[in-house]
Amino acid sequence: MTAPPARRVVILGAQSAIAEACARRFAAESASLVIVGRDLGRLNEIANDLAARGAAQVHAAALDLAAEQRPAERFLEWGHRIGGVTHVLIAFGTLGDQTRMESDVDAARLALETNFTAAALWALAAADLFERQRSGVLVAIGSVAGDRGRRSNYVYGAAKAGLGVLMQGIAHRLHHAGDARAVLIKPGLVETPMTGHMDVSGRLWARPEEIAAIIHRAGAKGGPVVYAPARWRWIMLAIRALPAFVMHHTRL
Amino acid sequence: MTAFARTERLGSWGRTASFEGAVARPRFAGDLPAVFSDPERPTTILAHGLGRSYGDSCLNPGGGMVSMRGLDRILQLDPAARVLRAQAGMTIEEALSILTPKGLFLPVLPGTRYVTLGGAVANDVHGKNHTTHGSFGRWVRRIGLVRSDRGAMQVSPDDPDGLFAATVGGMGLTGLIAWVEIALTQVQSTDLIVEDVAFDTFDEYYELMVNHGDSDYRVAWIDCTRPGYGIFTHARHAPIGETQPHPRTKAFAVPFDMPGFLLNGATLALFNRAYRGLKRRRHGPRRAHYSTFHFPLDGVRDWNRLYGERGFRQYQCVIPDAGGREAIWEMLRVISKAGDGSFLAVVKQFGRLPQPGLMSFPREGVTLALDFRNRGQRTLDLLHTLDEIVLSAGGRLYPAKDGRVSANHFQYMYPNWRELEARRDPAIQSSFWKRVTRA
Ligand SMILES: Cc1cc2nc3c(=O)[nH]c(=O)nc-3n(C[C@H](O)[C@H](O)[C@H](O)COP(=O)(O)OP(=O)(O)OC[C@H]3O[C@@H](n4cnc5c(N)ncnc54)[C@H](O)[C@@H]3O)c2cc1C
Ligand SMILES: NC(=O)c1ccc[n+]([C@@H]2O[C@H](COP(=O)([O-])OP(=O)(O)OC[C@H]3O[C@@H](n4cnc5c(N)ncnc54)[C@H](OP(=O)(O)O)[C@@H]3O)[C@@H](O)[C@H]2O)c1
Repeated sequence: MTAPPARRVVILGAQSAIAEACARRFAAESASLVIVGRDLGRLNEIANDLAARGAAQVHAAALDLAAEQRPAERFLEWGHRIGGVTHVLIAFGTLGDQTRMESDVDAARLALETNFTAAALWALAAADLFERQRSGVLVAIGSVAGDRGRRSNYVYGAAKAGLGVLMQGIAHRLHHAGDARAVLIKPGLVETPMTGHMDVSGRLWARPEEIAAIIHRAGAKGGPVVYAPARWRWIMLAIRALPAFVMHHTRL
Repeated sequence: MTAFARTERLGSWGRTASFEGAVARPRFAGDLPAVFSDPERPTTILAHGLGRSYGDSCLNPGGGMVSMRGLDRILQLDPAARVLRAQAGMTIEEALSILTPKGLFLPVLPGTRYVTLGGAVANDVHGKNHTTHGSFGRWVRRIGLVRSDRGAMQVSPDDPDGLFAATVGGMGLTGLIAWVEIALTQVQSTDLIVEDVAFDTFDEYYELMVNHGDSDYRVAWIDCTRPGYGIFTHARHAPIGETQPHPRTKAFAVPFDMPGFLLNGATLALFNRAYRGLKRRRHGPRRAHYSTFHFPLDGVRDWNRLYGERGFRQYQCVIPDAGGREAIWEMLRVISKAGDGSFLAVVKQFGRLPQPGLMSFPREGVTLALDFRNRGQRTLDLLHTLDEIVLSAGGRLYPAKDGRVSANHFQYMYPNWRELEARRDPAIQSSFWKRVTRA
């Protein structure tokens, strides 16, 4: 068995629990990594660990990912640091407080801009890069919340749905660009800081490591939309099929 | 935002005690001081590793808990100097899977790999090599501690105010352990050369322990229903071979609470079969991966559910060698007379290396560990009788396994307890500590 060619991965939102679990998988395969988040102290904590776990190189970059004006230049710069880019993972996001976002414009804007606008602009820049290279895998984390609007999280859900359509378009576009691919991951409920206030008892909750394993596999092969874990495909099929008069009686 | 936003249920391994309340889950080093200054922090908190302690020493009902699992990063790994500095929520399983491919190993391993480094320090855990290697704390070079009154700090063995010695075996009471720096050993292979030998008198057991004094690891199982009978196992690291971490495969999980009677009967039957096999002919040494030798029970996830809904109690004591045999004999007699006790006991030898912690459990002598299905008062009475035998032989109990020893007995066994109390972080408390320090 020959080792796969070394991966060169840029992770946007690397402080996320899911992203860190992914980064560990890449590190164990001696990948080179650029990890991007907005707290250099925390990024360095993660970077030291990834290096000890076997990453060939780890470069930490502190950045507000929702405020970046030149994502394409950033990719070039990071590519120079680690000798090219073979994978981009877009993991950052924010859930936002649904009730608050219904009356507080700034709160709603922050969630929409972070989860959709910023993620979309990074995705477009990565798509350009991979199209030119005719290789590379772009993975973005969407959410099952984007599959149907529900009163408990529809602002977040709407942004994730938008990102989903964008990624679908990119996947179509990259289909004609050699080996380049785009994948949207749709996690269900995951035990992370984002859901730290929720009750995690119940069978539907997954651990970040499980999602990371799925993302990692999607980086190597598979279709453009991946539910994580896979059971959510069927759960969301059922939820999408609920007629409005039933849906409106639930507390989902 | 508060770090104590969620109410959770946390348990301990024996399933006789549990906690329900506010739990914080810090992920980064900087989150630890914030846990103490949190506006919604319960008056007292307690760190929780993986809840592999059996009783109530890892629980703080009425207060809050801090799950340390999110702090699981390597801070520094220096293979040449053989030193690992890692955050306290990293498990022994994770550490071994990173270390073994590099030919590095942890010098002391408890009987399960699902233990955090913080938990290993806080109970100063021991392995099957205490006579030569001492307890876990002997290999700890520095500890990063975060306290409510002193903030983030480092302690090391030469620490003048005794906070290092209080933290090793300190049951989490001296502060949140943020990270641990530990000296490693080197191995040529992750395989062990293991040999089992059956014995049928206690004298034979002692003889085997002495004769195989140069083995890396030694342990025995004895049959409580026939005192004196047992299987002695010793192992050494193979001189050459592969360096492979334990397999990542999912362990078979116990799906629901099994009625307790299944377990004792079934394990005893297996044991007897092995025993008869060994008696018929000596098998000689075999090669085995360290995980099957060190962590035999990790192959069955949630095996504690085998004891049924009411859970079980583990009893572990150490008895000094002088008079030790008689005391153990007496304990086994009491247990087999009670009729519903443990069927198998694990026996290990502790050596005379100095103990690193103020409250470290190991001391020179023989240690005995037994499981008892929880039958309420009846079990408590039996264990209380055992306490008296242990006490009169000059022995003591392992707090990590206890959930019921009386304050009186505990204070007699650990006369140093006031020194730990003096160094306890005022914002930290546990149900165990409240119980055993009552006047
Ligand atoms: C199958 C099995 C076999 C075992 N075999 C052995 C053995 O051979 N030898 C042995 O010595 N023990 C053994 N044990 C006991 C086990 O090693 C100890 O109870 C260990 O402390 C459990 O670690 P944990 O991470 O689960 O911590 P927990 O049980 O969750 O907590 C244990 C203590 O550590 C404290 N603590 C945990 N993390 C921190 C932290 N970061 N900062 C401060 N305090 C902290 C807690 O407050 C508590 O007082 C065994 C247990 C099982 C289930
Ligand atoms: N948890 C779930 O149940 C779930 C379900 C479906 C989808 N998802 C998605 O999974 C992804 C990962 O989330 P997670 O669950 O791992 O939660 P998480 O740990 O809270 O991660 C979210 C991360 O996004 C970062 N972030 C937000 N805005 C940013 C910005 N402007 N610039 C830089 N970083 C920013 C946050 O950084 P800070 O630490 O600096 O705040 C945080 O590290 C997200 O896209 C989320 O929407 C999660």
